[in-house]
Amino acid sequence: MRRIVSVLMENQPGALSRVVGLFSQRNYNINSLTVAPTEDPTLSRLTLTTIGDDRKIEQIIKHLNKVVDVAKLVDLTEGSHIERELMLIKVKVTGAQRAEVKRIADIFRGDVVDVTPTMYTIQLTGTSEKLDGFLQALHGTSVLEMVRTGVTGIAKGEKVLSM
Amino acid sequence: MLSGGDMLLRALHDEGVELMFGYPGGAALHIYDAIFNQDKVEHILVRHEQAATHAADGYARSTGRPGVVLVTSGPGATNAITGIATAFMDSIPMVVISGQVARDAIGSDAFQETDMIGVSRPVVKHSFMVRQAEDIPMIIKQAFHIATTGRPGPVVIDIPKDVADPSETFPYEYPETVKIRSYSPPVKGHSGQIKKAVEILMQAKKPVIYAGGGVVQGDGAEALTKLAKKLGYPVTNTLMGLGAYPATDKQFVGMLGMHGTYEANMSMHESDVILAIGARFDDRVTNSDVTKFCPDATILHIDIDPASISKTITAHVPIVGPVASVLNEMLEQVEASKQKIDKEALDAWWKKIDHWRERDSLAVTPAGGELIKPQQVVQALYAATNGDAYITSDVGQHQMFAAQYYHFDLPRRWINSGGLGTMGFGLPAAMGVQLAFPDAVVACVTGEGSIQMNIQELATCNQCALPIKIVNLNNEALGMVKQWQDMQYGGRYSHSTYADSLPDFVALAEAYGHSGVRIEKLSELGAKMKEAFAMKDKLVFIDVAVDPNEHVYPMAIKGGSMSEMYLSKTERT
Ligand SMILES: Cc1ncc(C[n+]2csc(CCOP(=O)(O)OP(=O)(O)O)c2C)c(N)n1
Ligand SMILES: [Mg+2]
Repeated sequence: MRRIVSVLMENQPGALSRVVGLFSQRNYNINSLTVAPTEDPTLSRLTLTTIGDDRKIEQIIKHLNKVVDVAKLVDLTEGSHIERELMLIKVKVTGAQRAEVKRIADIFRGDVVDVTPTMYTIQLTGTSEKLDGFLQALHGTSVLEMVRTGVTGIAKGEKVLSM
Repeated sequence: MLSGGDMLLRALHDEGVELMFGYPGGAALHIYDAIFNQDKVEHILVRHEQAATHAADGYARSTGRPGVVLVTSGPGATNAITGIATAFMDSIPMVVISGQVARDAIGSDAFQETDMIGVSRPVVKHSFMVRQAEDIPMIIKQAFHIATTGRPGPVVIDIPKDVADPSETFPYEYPETVKIRSYSPPVKGHSGQIKKAVEILMQAKKPVIYAGGGVVQGDGAEALTKLAKKLGYPVTNTLMGLGAYPATDKQFVGMLGMHGTYEANMSMHESDVILAIGARFDDRVTNSDVTKFCPDATILHIDIDPASISKTITAHVPIVGPVASVLNEMLEQVEASKQKIDKEALDAWWKKIDHWRERDSLAVTPAGGELIKPQQVVQALYAATNGDAYITSDVGQHQMFAAQYYHFDLPRRWINSGGLGTMGFGLPAAMGVQLAFPDAVVACVTGEGSIQMNIQELATCNQCALPIKIVNLNNEALGMVKQWQDMQYGGRYSHSTYADSLPDFVALAEAYGHSGVRIEKLSELGAKMKEAFAMKDKLVFIDVAVDPNEHVYPMAIKGGSMSEMYLSKTERT
């Protein structure tokens, strides 16, 4: 099962490599990873997605907790949560395709953020599923380049992950 | 006002460090100069950085206090890695200080530059890079705190050369307390869980207590012994846990696992309740197929590290906490409980266990004539030391024989590399023990293969006048490798023998300024062993020629359950 694990950790050199190293060392998967400082600049928030059964996820969480730099963490997928990912995609579009691609982007509430006579760069945010859906809808269009930020997320309601 | 180097030494002293092990080099020279200028912290010069870490490790295992190591950058740091990994696998508190190139040279592939933080990352509990001298006192405080609390482990402190520059000084103050907001090891087990465990434990009909290295490291041996006596249940120890429960007590069924006794492994396999304490269901215990592991057992698991619980074997009642405090709380609850132990069931259980015991799986069949069996050497060692020595060991058959035949009644007396299985550990570890306990009898049980991995430390032993007794079970081969080749590779001894190129160990010991004895006849074994131990203030290299064809038994059958073992070359369960 896919999980979104959100980690609050010391914003210190070495902290990120310890977390990432743990995954390779213990043969866990990381599908995506994002990290940036929080409202408290001494802390960073790292969000990663991984795949595993309950047993594996339990081990991942326990081992992450053991990393000295890790202050707190939560498996967002355990409760209701909001998940977002941002994608920038450069597609080759000419002639009639231009209107068609623009229309698909509109349906997905994507924005065309850069244009030349032969291409669009479209920006899209949403769940990973939505981004995947958009890619599928573009099937047949020539994708020149695509970048995704990886998933970030936050719990719904009053629950907060903080010190 | 102190320089970075002086601050480091002051902080170590303020932390209570008496002894450190190390080896100098360019990036550590400011620190070595600071050592020269003080007399509070003693420094032991080893002959290889790996030995510094093992010596600090032996010191830590025998005393319970953290071992301290100082090495230079680059090769000094990388040489220390094996010892750091060894300590990490066995959860030993250790602080390793490594010199680093100057701050402005970091990342430039400078002479003797290695990314020590990166290289050591997977084998440390935590690490620090000192970015400014002012941080030294707090980093030292934090490093020792992390190394010694929770599940202990090695911590690396990497110090760039210029941070220890004697020409720059700073105000020094050692912090009295330490708080790391992202680090809070458990201090107490969950009372509800403990209660649940006690209930199950007292209803057990076929219980067994399975105690590991966590009981030794967590100073839980006394509490364990009290609880086990109160309950009257059988106790088995892991290789790391030997001494956690007295081996000569009648409730002790021996070591379990790959080379465990028949009765220990059978008790585990047929048990209905296993109380696992500071043990991690390592693959040397469970055997490779965990689905066959102890099919009827309810598992109660106490460990300071939540990640050790339900890692390989699911615990029915997990208890996260320091073993000593949890065991004491269990004992209180057992004593206060109205519930009665099922005496009848327990008697029947003990009858069964005694029946297994009668099989005498550790019986030694003499080789015949004057040929010495390796087991007989350990028996002679036990007799010569009245069972009261500190025994370090290397890795191989001799290690298993030492574990099986030297009956440890006290914790912290059996010092071996269980997790990583590091050949070369024994002699330097013995140095650490002997320095911690100058008047104690310290013996290193080794093999002619392992001892050659850190043989250079005979020079350190000479310099420090360490009267260690080295008991070399000389089977003229990498015996454990050979055993596996006998059992699984049709006796094809690929690179496990070297009989015609072995050194004369007696002459070698003498060349390093020590004494040596060679023992080749069974009839002389006991007397010569005693003679060697009578040379109280000398290091004696006791080189014993043993049966080269002996195997270690019992031995778990790969992929089987705990009840499946070879009992000799011709018998299996
Ligand atoms: C550093 C290291 N290299 C290799 C091994 C693999 N190994 C395990 S036991 C063993 C043989 C040890 O030989 P010796 O020290 O003579 O002990 P014996 O088994 O003969 O008693 C070897 C090579 C190891 N454990 N450690
Ligand atoms: Mg050998």
